[in-house]
Amino acid sequence: MNVLIDNSDLFLTGFKNTGILFVISAFFALILGTIVAGMRVSPAPAMRAAGTFYVNFVRNTPLTLILAFFALGYPKLGLPNISFMTAAIIGLSLYTATYVSEAIRSGINTVSVGQSEAARAIGLPFMQTLSLIVLPQAFRSVVPPLFSVFIALLKNTTVAAGFSVFEAGSIRAYLSERGEPLLPGLLWVALIFVVLVLGILTPLQRYLEKKWRVAR
Amino acid sequence: MTNPAHAPALVELKAVNKHYGPLHVLQEINLQVAKGEVLVVIGPSGSGKSTLCRTINRLETIDNGSITIDGKELPKEGKQLANLRADVGMVFQSFNLFAHKTILENVTLGPIKVKGMSKSDADKLAMGLLERVGVGHQAAKLPAQLSGGQQQRVAIARALAMKPKVMLFDEPTSALDPEMINEVLDVMVELAKEGMTMVVVTHEMGFARKAADRVIFMADGQIVEEATPQEFFTNPQTPRAKDFLSKILTN
Ligand SMILES: Nc1ncnc2c1ncn2[C@@H]1O[C@H](COP(=O)(O)OP(=O)(O)OP(=O)(O)O)[C@@H](O)[C@H]1O
Ligand SMILES: [Mg+2]
Repeated sequence: MNVLIDNSDLFLTGFKNTGILFVISAFFALILGTIVAGMRVSPAPAMRAAGTFYVNFVRNTPLTLILAFFALGYPKLGLPNISFMTAAIIGLSLYTATYVSEAIRSGINTVSVGQSEAARAIGLPFMQTLSLIVLPQAFRSVVPPLFSVFIALLKNTTVAAGFSVFEAGSIRAYLSERGEPLLPGLLWVALIFVVLVLGILTPLQRYLEKKWRVAR
Repeated sequence: MTNPAHAPALVELKAVNKHYGPLHVLQEINLQVAKGEVLVVIGPSGSGKSTLCRTINRLETIDNGSITIDGKELPKEGKQLANLRADVGMVFQSFNLFAHKTILENVTLGPIKVKGMSKSDADKLAMGLLERVGVGHQAAKLPAQLSGGQQQRVAIARALAMKPKVMLFDEPTSALDPEMINEVLDVMVELAKEGMTMVVVTHEMGFARKAADRVIFMADGQIVEEATPQEFFTNPQTPRAKDFLSKILTN
């Protein structure tokens, strides 16, 4: 307990930044992942190909490499400067979006083709068929896999510690600098992660599942 | 009802071919449906009736040939195709009501999103149509809360809300319990009487006799026989049609 209280500044800033990384990355990953899932079921072959390429390329690249690119490679491209935090958010969003896309695509496949045929038959173009008819129904079956993706994202934020973003994953290094015992520090970090998942994400998942089950 | 010989064709298929891999599902189909005409399509399972029906609003693409609606060639894709589809109402065997929308929303969605109608106008239009097909009091429910017959009547109202020039029905009563078939057929007979142009895939001979101007009999991707309902049911010409009719009559 002493480690936690004596270094509450570290823990607070660390987890605050973890929270920022998580919430913003989850937001963009959800949007981008939905767009990519839409591309992958689009009637235009070029869209489908682009979506498939993106998912296969990014999903099969280790997250460390993606973050390394944005933290170390990107500044050398002569483009506008971005902070390490922004770089980490972009990398995490791009990476997580591929998993979001796959989860949503599996959800789209659970919606019967009759639904989109009926939508097309009344004259809805592809985008509206997707956004008004297919996706709202797909999201319902996608809540559990989507939350697995977000839990993974929460843990993946610690990878950003390796690229000069001070977040929960970096607490360990700063503790050792202060000469604090390592093991209790690590256990506290792990415990807080568990509390975040069980205390926030899981109840949210349950709430959404219940809400959308009733509406069906 | 209109005599096909005198009215211009509202739907016209010329030399239409379609394959599913090696299977030649539609073989050089030539077909005209006049404005106000009710055409019944009949034939054994797998003969291509659904495929024919679905090519008319391009839910299925064709390999070659041409399909025109009211003189306009079916656009290949995009906005024009969507617009043209709004002119062609479709009723499916499995209803396909939007499962997450209320009955009222099912009917107002097209007018609002495709035709840009205001919500209050669309609600008024939809309520009128729902009353007409006898499900007005169900407007606030979700599709799953309705019986099959009610759902199919809503599906008809949904198609009508777009004020289509022609309505396609693909076996609209074959997923229904027997006691619900007539409530749907009655609505269709009414529509036919009001002069709606209709293409109806069905084995319901009662409907064909009561409402159809013409029956086409399909087998193996071809139109094998074409006649008035009276002629077709009492005096089929081809052995395929005779054989088929003897089977559905004994059922
Ligand atoms: N998407 C598809 N891919 C491959 N083959 C198909 C497809 N859809 C239909 N077929 C085949 O094409 C043929 C015609 O099908 P279609 O559904 O038009 O027949 P139908 O006359 O409507 O039969 P039913 O009375 O059983 O509804 C059948 O042999 C069917 O198996
Ligand atoms: Mg069929």
